[in-house]
Amino acid sequence: MGTMLSVENLCKSFFLHNQGGIQLSVLQGIGLTVQAGECVVLVGPSGTGKSTLLRSLYANYKPDSGRILVRHEEEWVDMATAEPRKILEVRRRTVGYVSQFLRVIPRVPAFSILMESSRMTGKPGEEAAAQIRLLLARLGISERLWKISPTTFSGGEQQRINIARGFIFPYPILLLDEPTAALDAKNRQVVVELIREAMQRGAAIIGTFHDEEVREAVASRTLEMPSNGRGP
Amino acid sequence: MGESGSGKTTILNSLSGRLAPTTGAVLYGKGQNDNEAVDVYGISEAARRLLMRAEWGVVHQNPRDGLRMRVSAGANVGERLMAVGCRHYGKIRQDVLNWLARVEIESDRMDDLPLTFSGGMLQRLQIARTLVTRPRLVFMDEPTSGLDVSVQARLIDLLRSLVQELSLSAVVVTHDLAVVRLISHRLLVMRQGKVVESGLTDQVLDDPHHPYTQLLVSSVIQP
Repeated sequence: MGTMLSVENLCKSFFLHNQGGIQLSVLQGIGLTVQAGECVVLVGPSGTGKSTLLRSLYANYKPDSGRILVRHEEEWVDMATAEPRKILEVRRRTVGYVSQFLRVIPRVPAFSILMESSRMTGKPGEEAAAQIRLLLARLGISERLWKISPTTFSGGEQQRINIARGFIFPYPILLLDEPTAALDAKNRQVVVELIREAMQRGAAIIGTFHDEEVREAVASRTLEMPSNGRGP
Repeated sequence: MGESGSGKTTILNSLSGRLAPTTGAVLYGKGQNDNEAVDVYGISEAARRLLMRAEWGVVHQNPRDGLRMRVSAGANVGERLMAVGCRHYGKIRQDVLNWLARVEIESDRMDDLPLTFSGGMLQRLQIARTLVTRPRLVFMDEPTSGLDVSVQARLIDLLRSLVQELSLSAVVVTHDLAVVRLISHRLLVMRQGKVVESGLTDQVLDDPHHPYTQLLVSSVIQP
């Protein structure tokens, strides 16, 4: 299987032009390697850059320096410097990302949103629909909600739609940013199972989970985020 | 994206063959190979018009600029097919009906004049008229800005699914950040006639580097 993701000397700061030109240095020289089938959990108090790291790995944030090498099919792609088109390709087929917040077009039904995510990965319609039905049932989203826009859902239901989007395709790399934050115990358990299944098929996973129980259930190892002097 | 007066519409008109640049060139790639690129302002006007008609489409901000208000809705869509050489009446009619259905206009409105349509319907009709000839490249100037918020979301969803389904390339001008995030892959931020920042849409919006982009993103009022 081997290495799926390798981060070298990653630095990320934010320069706030309109707020007095403040520079916030969040990540300073992060290094990390993740193997196939492994789940690395990021730990550390809030403000140490766990989300910033995950967002940088997804190329949602642009690092100041360092490399983020991702094994995309037969090649290595550096997410820190790749062209937008390449990054989109990597996101379609290699790196999945589950965030805490759902962002969708209003008035589009939950089921259609998942169908679109699935279509982007190139799966035929019927097969995709069957798989979505199974996943939604597992996540306890009752059928009467499928035809409704998730913008009207509760926090926990929205989060489960996000999770479904992340697990609908067998991404070789998964980035999970507090995927269980708004879930009850039963649904947390479902997410733990989904993560374990993904590890078994060889996915490399990096995530943050504030919930101790989930952390223990899924972590192959933990990575303590270095303090950057912003904490108490 | 950019504030009014930043040059968004000027660049769109220039790209779409309707405003010759003072200097520089607009190249249109017909195939994978760059050698086959056409210099849009280097070819004859007749050749340019043919290219615009056959392979490009324009969706105007005001649907009245893109539609003929005194002919029926169906004719607005059908005449575009005739303009690119379709002659079979039955086939044209079928295509028109298909397209009206795709943009969610009831078939019994086919013979009505666009004058009787609401703003949202007009915009959808304009989209049908533009896409019926299956252009490869579409230019859209503020396609949702004249519409009620209630129909904007539906139109954005429609545009996005059509662009994906037909694998179109689209260049969209808008000042609406929400529209940008939901429909575009890449984003160019303009100010005073220049592109100040560009890249992957979510990266530019979530991690803006230029002072102007930071100001734009942080100024949005969350409802």
